[in-house]
Amino acid sequence: METTSTLEKTLRLIALTLVVVFFMFPIFWIFLMSFQTNETILAIPPSVIFTPTLSNYAALITGKLTTAAGTLDIAFMRNLMNSIFLSVTSVAIALVLGVPAAYAFARHKFKGSEDIAFTLLSFRFAPPLLVLLPLTQYFQWLGLSDTYFGLIWVYQLICLPLILWIVRGYFEDISADVEYAYRIAGHSWFATFRKIALPLAGPGIAAAGLLAFIFAWNNFVFALVLASADKQPVTVGALAFVTSSGIQYGQIASAIVLSVTPTLALALYAQRYLVEGLSLGAVKG
Amino acid sequence: MSETALFIKGVDKFYGPIDHGVHAVKQLNMDVKKGEIIALLGSSGCGKTSTLRMVAGFEAVSRGTISLKGREVQTFPPVRRNVAMAFEGYSLYPPLTVRENIAFALKASKLSQSVVDEKVANIAKLLEIEDIMGRYPSSISGGQQQRASLGRALIRDADLHLLDEPMGQLEPQLRALLRGRIKHFIKERGLTAILVTHDQTEANALADRIAVMEGGVLQQFDTPQMIKERPANLFTGTFVGEPPMNVFSAGISGSGDTVSFGLNEGVKLDYKVSDFSHEVRAELMKRSKVVLGIRPYAVRRSDGGVGARVAVNQWLGDQTHIAADFAGGTMVLVEHDRTNLAIGENVGIRLDPSSLHVFDGDSGKAISHGQELA
Ligand SMILES: Nc1ncnc2c1ncn2[C@@H]1O[C@H](COP(=O)(O)OP(=O)(O)OP(=O)(O)O)[C@@H](O)[C@H]1O
Ligand SMILES: [Mg+2]
Repeated sequence: METTSTLEKTLRLIALTLVVVFFMFPIFWIFLMSFQTNETILAIPPSVIFTPTLSNYAALITGKLTTAAGTLDIAFMRNLMNSIFLSVTSVAIALVLGVPAAYAFARHKFKGSEDIAFTLLSFRFAPPLLVLLPLTQYFQWLGLSDTYFGLIWVYQLICLPLILWIVRGYFEDISADVEYAYRIAGHSWFATFRKIALPLAGPGIAAAGLLAFIFAWNNFVFALVLASADKQPVTVGALAFVTSSGIQYGQIASAIVLSVTPTLALALYAQRYLVEGLSLGAVKG
Repeated sequence: MSETALFIKGVDKFYGPIDHGVHAVKQLNMDVKKGEIIALLGSSGCGKTSTLRMVAGFEAVSRGTISLKGREVQTFPPVRRNVAMAFEGYSLYPPLTVRENIAFALKASKLSQSVVDEKVANIAKLLEIEDIMGRYPSSISGGQQQRASLGRALIRDADLHLLDEPMGQLEPQLRALLRGRIKHFIKERGLTAILVTHDQTEANALADRIAVMEGGVLQQFDTPQMIKERPANLFTGTFVGEPPMNVFSAGISGSGDTVSFGLNEGVKLDYKVSDFSHEVRAELMKRSKVVLGIRPYAVRRSDGGVGARVAVNQWLGDQTHIAADFAGGTMVLVEHDRTNLAIGENVGIRLDPSSLHVFDGDSGKAISHGQELA
């Protein structure tokens, strides 16, 4: 262990604080905004002292948006549920398909396996807008446009390659002999996959799942084009706050707070496993 | 006639496409009887681990067959072979303690907890790892990991135990101690084992037979004594034995009742025709070039001998190693007393025909060994 002087420690602390403040400030500001009315938000100069109001959240939850031009219906809660449903289902399906595939690519090299793996990754290279037009056509043809099924399918373009490539790396890091040692003691390869490979790659799978979830959650264009109002996630639904009578900053802020919460909660929850995985990493291989 | 535990027939191993990839094991034939301990000896990269992995079922056999207890298994998954293996890289399971790692090798055998505990305790005592049983693999030393991995293999009641350099990380004292214990353990239970090692003392002490491999080819498969006294070829002759056998290439000429070997720098070794048997003589006369080999401890100093110049003289505490410039090469002598030869001093060397190994000059195949010369 290196010894660090008090001065160095202090400098480090200051630097860290600056970085944290820099990144956290916008989020903090939005958090404050979500408890303010549009008038206080737009007041000049801005102030951190205000009477907090829950009206923004109330509007979102009841779905009634009161603007200068009258009352509007918004489907934010429905959007939120859609986001949760689409992201969770997509990631779950991508994990079920991607983890065994990643294991296969890591452990069984066969002719062309590298090409297949790369092709799957290349789905992520294509700009979404490029595939969107033909995709819309096909989906209309197949009757898949504006269905959850179709959306989840398209979301696999986002989630599957991510999970496949990240998890594959984790499987490759596990020494094959650790698995062989288990197999030779009288276990099938499937038992080995379940009892040895999966737990050892667990942190990697958690990380990949989290990342895929974030990407799925933040997706905008696919959902915008392929889904109608009742199936759209929050990213698209947020457009509703841009109304003819102005932009509803307060509601946008509270919508952001609400829509960030699931991802944040998931990240905090997964963090335990991620850290655990890092400390296990020292003995891999 | 005892039962054959393992029978390897015509096995080739290619990494990559057959006939084009890395040819790691070439036309291997080997039989191991039940209860035997075999040492697999050979330089790094010669195909020892590849051989074990094919037997265990982790690598596909490119050609040939592998039979365990008379049953062809080369297409079977590892589960169906009942083989135990200690891996070169230990490969302990990180989330489990040493005790759990060793015990989990018995999981599939469905023994009662008390039997498992007793077996684990025995193994821990045998391998001197009782004090680390509760620790995790990441927190123990390489030598301790190696013993844990060895324990995980030995604890199983398998038909065949494959031990890939199981003691390479240990200091000589511990190695010598464990060597004796492991041999006893294996023999007492009638287990069959193949042990890869780079330590010839270990091979000699443990093995009933030694398999010498080089370049993927099995060079010789015989008892330690036969390997030492009658090496099948130049490779085995020089690879086994410490310090290594002295070798010099020589031309042959015969006239009247002498057989002469002409070495480099005009050195000539004359032997009486009667020093060689009729068959050996006939073999020698067919050739113009051979390689002579003699073990360092068989080289004698004598005043009337061939001249050599001392280059190194080292007393190792129990023996003297002398290296002398001889016939354009180096002749190493081992003597059991301390000598006071000075560097640069001239000595006479005698190479008794009864200690002389003769190999073919081209193929390196053995033609004769001292003991059968006369
Ligand atoms: N997975 C692999 N792919 C390609 N070549 C391999 C592979 N494994 C081993 N080889 C090659 O096969 C040959 C034999 O390797 P092997 O591991 O059997 O040697 P070894 O005798 O066990 O050596 P060591 O004493 O160093 O452990 C080597 O030339 C090696 O480079
Ligand atoms: Mg090896």
